[in-house]
Amino acid sequence: MDEFITLAHGAGGRQTSDLIGGLFKKYFANENLTEDDAAVVKFPPADFNNGDSAAQGNADLVMTTDGFIVSPQEFNGGNIGKLSICGTVNDLACMGAKPLYLTCAFVIEEGFPFSKLEKIAEAMGKTAKEAGVQIIAGDTKVTGKGQVDGIFITTTGVGLRLNGVKTGGSLAKPGDAVIVTGNIGQHGCCILIERNEFGINADVKSDCAPLCNSVLGLLNDTKDVHVIRDATRGGVGTVLYEIAEQSKTGIKLFQDKVPVSPEVKGVCGMLGLEPLYLACEGRLVIFAPKENAENILASLKKQKYTEDSCIIGEVVSENPGRVIVETEIGSKTMLPPPGGELLPRIC
Amino acid sequence: MKDIKELTSYIQNYSGAQIKIMEVCGTHTHEIFKQGIRNILPSNITLISGPGCPVCVTPNSFIDEAIALALENNCTITTFGDLVRVPGSEMSLAGARSKGAKINVVYSPLDAEIYAEEHPEEQVVFLSVGFETTVPANALSVVHAYNKGLKNYSILTANKTMDNAYSVLKDSADAFLYPGHVSVITGTSLYEKLKGQGISGVVCGFTSQEILTAIATIIENLEKGKPFALNCYPSVVKPEGNPAALKIIKDTMKSCDAEWRGLGIIKDSGLELNDMYAQYDARKKFNLRKIEGKQNPACRCGEILQGKCRPDECPCFGKNCTPEHPIGACMVSGEGSCSAFYKYNIL
Repeated sequence: MDEFITLAHGAGGRQTSDLIGGLFKKYFANENLTEDDAAVVKFPPADFNNGDSAAQGNADLVMTTDGFIVSPQEFNGGNIGKLSICGTVNDLACMGAKPLYLTCAFVIEEGFPFSKLEKIAEAMGKTAKEAGVQIIAGDTKVTGKGQVDGIFITTTGVGLRLNGVKTGGSLAKPGDAVIVTGNIGQHGCCILIERNEFGINADVKSDCAPLCNSVLGLLNDTKDVHVIRDATRGGVGTVLYEIAEQSKTGIKLFQDKVPVSPEVKGVCGMLGLEPLYLACEGRLVIFAPKENAENILASLKKQKYTEDSCIIGEVVSENPGRVIVETEIGSKTMLPPPGGELLPRIC
Repeated sequence: MKDIKELTSYIQNYSGAQIKIMEVCGTHTHEIFKQGIRNILPSNITLISGPGCPVCVTPNSFIDEAIALALENNCTITTFGDLVRVPGSEMSLAGARSKGAKINVVYSPLDAEIYAEEHPEEQVVFLSVGFETTVPANALSVVHAYNKGLKNYSILTANKTMDNAYSVLKDSADAFLYPGHVSVITGTSLYEKLKGQGISGVVCGFTSQEILTAIATIIENLEKGKPFALNCYPSVVKPEGNPAALKIIKDTMKSCDAEWRGLGIIKDSGLELNDMYAQYDARKKFNLRKIEGKQNPACRCGEILQGKCRPDECPCFGKNCTPEHPIGACMVSGEGSCSAFYKYNIL
C-alpha cells in the first residue's frame, strides 16, 4: 500500500479499488459487503428476533451511501444538492431497487452564504420529489472557517428491489450488448470548465439527473438485464473495466459508436483527455443479452434522460479483464486502464 | 482525400521493398497507438517512434538543474505537469518536493509569470521545454515580465528545434511523418531544404484518415525513387507557418547547441533567450553551475528515441519501469513511446 493518501486514491480508478480492497475490505469484511454500488440484504436478517420464522421477511432491502464534495458547488446543469440526490437514487436503481428513503448529513463551513445553502436545499427537495423519495432524517455540523471547503454532503439511501430482478457487476456474459444511455463525459467536462483553470470557454452542461424512473420503467418492460451501473467519477471507461474484472470477461468497444458531444470532444482534444474517463452523473451503462438489446433501447428511449441510448460494444470471452477498442479503421487497440490523476500535456 | 477503406487497402497491398517510416511528434506516437494504425500495416512497412516527445528528449541534467535551483537557490519551480515525475540523476521534481522544494504545476507559462508578479517575495523559475509549438508562449511570458520590469521571474530553457535532428536521424528511416503541430508554427520551408539533402517526408495530421493518407503518400512517392517533401495537412499547415509566432521566437530567442537524451549534443538544435532578455535566463541569473547528468545504466530511452530499440525490447519495460514507477522519461510522459506502448499494448 502507498504510504500516503493521494488524489489518485479518490479518482475512482485502480488506486481507489486498491484502497478499498487493501484497507477497508480488510477491516469491514462480512458477507454483505458489496462490490456493487449498493448492497442487497434479506430483510429482516435470518437471525433477527432469534430466527423466529414469523418475523422472516422476503424483501430485498437495498442500501447505499455516498459523499459529495464537488467544487464548484454550483455548475451548469445543477448544484451539489441536486447531485447528492441523483447519485444516491441512481446507485439504488442500478441494483434494481425502487428508492424509498434518504438521509443526509451536512458539514458546512462557517461563513457559507445562507442563500447558497437555500438553493442547495431547494434543489434537493425538488430532485427528491422527481425521484419519488423522501428525505427522512439528517444531521448538520458547522466547522470553523477553512476546515472544510464550503459544504460537504453525505447521503444514505434505502430502497426495495423489484421482484424477479437480479443485476450485479459479476453477471455480464459473453454475447451481452453494452448500452450507454447518452453522451459521455458531460459532468466531468462541465466541472473542468467551471473551475476555469484552463481558460477554455465552452457550453458544456452537466448530465446530472435522477435515473431511477428510467430504470424502473425499463425493468417493468423487461427483467432480462444483467448489469446496470451508473457511470460517475472515472466515467464510462472505469465502469467497463470494473465489470470486465468482476464478471471475468472481455469487452469489445466500438470506437465510432461511443457518443461524445462536439464540445466535450473539443475540450478533450485540447487538454489531451479521454472522454471515456471523464465523470458522468446521469448516464447508465447496461449489459444485457444481445437479443434483448433492441427492446431495452426502445424502452429507454421512451423515458426522460435516456432518450439517446445506444449500443457501444459487446461482452466477449477473449481477453478477460480488458477493454479492447475496435477503431474506426477496423484495427484493435486496448483502452488504457483507469488510474492515476490527470496531468496537463506539454505539446 | 480518399476514404479509410481505400487507403487501408492501398497500404495493405504494398508489396515493394521494406520501408521504415519515422514519426517525430509525441501526439503522433499517441494517436498511432490509440487508433491501432500499426496493426493494419503489412509486414514490409515499419512505423518507428523517434524523438518527438519534448519531455523524453530532455536530458537528466535539466531535471538536476531545476532541483538545484529549487533546493540550493530556494527558487519556486513552475512547470507543466509532465515533468514532475521525470527521473533526474538522483531524484525527480516530485522527489525534490518531498525534500522541501517548491514545485508548482501550471497549465500555461503565462500563469507562471502572473504567479511571480503576485509573489514578489519568491524567485519563480519556469521550466521551458518543448519544440516550436510551445516556445512562443514561453517567450511571451518573458516579454510580459520584461515589460512589467519583474525581477523575480526567469525561465530555465531546454527548448529544441528538429531542423538539425533530422540530419542525425537520416539513416534511421526512409521517410518521416513531419510533426503537424510544429509545422503549423514553422511552415514547410525546412522540409524543402531537407529534400535537397536527400531526406524525405510528409507533414501529417492526427486523425486516422490523415495518418493513413500520409503513409500512403510516402509509399507512393518512395516508389518514384526521388526525395520528396509534401504537405498532407494543408487545412492547418501553411507554407509560411504562423508569422506572428515566428516573430516572437525571432525577437526573443537565439539558437544554441542542445543535448538530446539518446542523441547527444546536436549543434544549433536548441533555443535560449537572446542578449536582450538574458536577465530572464535562469542559468545566467543564478550563475548555475554546470551539471553533468548521470544516466541510469539500465535505461534504454536513448536507443528507443532513435528508433533503434522498441520499448518492449528494453529489459526494464513493464518490470521495474512502469508508468507508476518510471526509470526513464519515455515511460513518464503521456506521449513517450514506452508509456504509449505500455498503455495501449495489445495482448
